[in-house]
Amino acid sequence: MRFRPKKTGIVEGDLTPMIDMTFQLIAFFMLVINFSDAEQDQRVTLPESELAKPPEAPYEHPLTVHLTSDDQYIYGGFAMDDLGQLRSELVRETQVLERYQSIAVADITIVIRADEDAKVGLVQQIIQACQDLKFERFALRGQYSDARTIGGAQPR
Amino acid sequence: MKFRTQEPEPASMLQMTPMIDIVFQLLVFFIFTFKIVLPEGDFNIRMPAATQSTTSTPSETPLLEVKLRATPDRELARVQLGEAVLGGEQPFFELQSRIRGMIDDAAGPTANDQEVEIDADFGLKYKYVMRAITAITGYIDENGQRHPLVERVRFAPPRSQ
Repeated sequence: MRFRPKKTGIVEGDLTPMIDMTFQLIAFFMLVINFSDAEQDQRVTLPESELAKPPEAPYEHPLTVHLTSDDQYIYGGFAMDDLGQLRSELVRETQVLERYQSIAVADITIVIRADEDAKVGLVQQIIQACQDLKFERFALRGQYSDARTIGGAQPR
Repeated sequence: MKFRTQEPEPASMLQMTPMIDIVFQLLVFFIFTFKIVLPEGDFNIRMPAATQSTTSTPSETPLLEVKLRATPDRELARVQLGEAVLGGEQPFFELQSRIRGMIDDAAGPTANDQEVEIDADFGLKYKYVMRAITAITGYIDENGQRHPLVERVRFAPPRSQ
């Protein structure tokens, strides 16, 4: 009996579907990527409000202060337990802005990102400390909500 | 003359490996830099220091005071507009209704004139202040149109702990 020798070829998987899928994923990520330097912090859960819509134009000179539910202030990525520390950081920042960029303190907007469970008094103390440093503009940040947060029926 | 039979040329195949390498590196880069940015918005408040505000021209419209009082566990105890306690289960809705009534009234103050001061207990949770500000500053109607109410909101000096 005679056997034919078996042909041994290289078995290659079909890569086309995988490459298709990968390109689609890349296209998706390219479209949704956001390079904006949004000052967000995972330690802060903002209170919701239906009126808290993103501003149409970004602030010219924003300084963002975070306040967590466990009474910690976060400024420039550093957590602080004491309001005095925050004040010193703000003083330093304003000196740099005034001296090297000629920006008036009154033109700077202090963006306050306070946690929904943070103490109101601490938010007021931040505002007061900033007022002592001649800041005038404040922005209280909230998270946009589709639902009405104050209850009741939708007004006509 | 004897010709050697020519060997068949191997099928030319495009090298996919470098491309797949690059594509995967791109994919990994995008996955690691991907961050979900939630929509956030601001309530703008202009609050100069007290010494400056007292020297500014006084408004003819009396200042409305909204008081927010807290329970020992920092929840909302009651809301007051002036001395009137706003009862019911939805005090902020009631607050908004009253302010709407004042602003919509032809003889009443306009949205630009009126100023509201929020006087909240020190330990009260911040979300209640945000609700109060929402109720004071405006509302969104059934068609999704935003209607401003009082634009000038400020805080009273912080109460002691």
